[in-house]
Amino acid sequence: MTETVFYIFAAAAVISAAMCVLQRSPVGALIWLVQAMLALGAIFVILDAQFIGVIQILVYAGAIMVLFLFIIMLLNMGRTTSDIRGPAGITATIVLAGLIALELGGLWAYSTPRIGREVRASAGFIEAGKAFAGGQAVQDATAAHGVVGGIAAPLFNEYLVPFEVTSILLLAAIVGAVVLAKRKV
Amino acid sequence: MLLGPALGLSAMLFTIGVAGVLLRRNAIVLFMCVELMLNAVNLAFVALAQVYGVGAYLIAFFVMTVAAAEAAVGLAIILAVFRHNQSIDLQNINLLHG
Repeated sequence: MTETVFYIFAAAAVISAAMCVLQRSPVGALIWLVQAMLALGAIFVILDAQFIGVIQILVYAGAIMVLFLFIIMLLNMGRTTSDIRGPAGITATIVLAGLIALELGGLWAYSTPRIGREVRASAGFIEAGKAFAGGQAVQDATAAHGVVGGIAAPLFNEYLVPFEVTSILLLAAIVGAVVLAKRKV
Repeated sequence: MLLGPALGLSAMLFTIGVAGVLLRRNAIVLFMCVELMLNAVNLAFVALAQVYGVGAYLIAFFVMTVAAAEAAVGLAIILAVFRHNQSIDLQNINLLHG
């Protein structure tokens, strides 16, 4: 059951991503991208990352995509001619994307059987996150502190310094965006 | 066990994102494809949290924060470029062409 739902959302994500790349109008591409991100959010929930799934929908499909939509409307490029590159660009795309697909596929084909060997001990469908010690630790933390608490506790303990650095990064980004967007710098 | 399929989906989405970056000339659509690639990597992190524990969730969380900052600055740059030459088609952006 879980697997079926996963594959439905996976197909939705891949189709939406492909449509986003091939859609001529920027607004259409953006709507397809939002659809892909919603499907990814659902996949995060299936993979037992409920908090990341919610953040994905709030921050990505919500805030960042609305920012993109604002800029598209601001630049008034709702109706444009096709911006897909010519034959040379398409050839380069096929070659380079094929190369990357080959590399990632090789990596996947190598790592998946290895993972399979490691969990072979317990036959049949294994619930996500039950097969490895790390996943088991996540499940235990979620059971003890709840979905948000299980992530918040390490965020404010082991990962406190990266968290504070992130706030400096956001401040720098805000100042940078204001300076860049101001008329005539 | 959905770890293998999730990693495969992540690889597919990343490849589609790369294809989009190479195929399109519109700077905003290109930027959207970069976001797609970031999302694909996030999916790989979330899937691998089943193996490596809660640290992977936090990395995904930080990736999202950096993506938000990147979107703000990148869109401001696109806005400035548009003001400069009334187009965001990458063919018309050749300031560094010499």
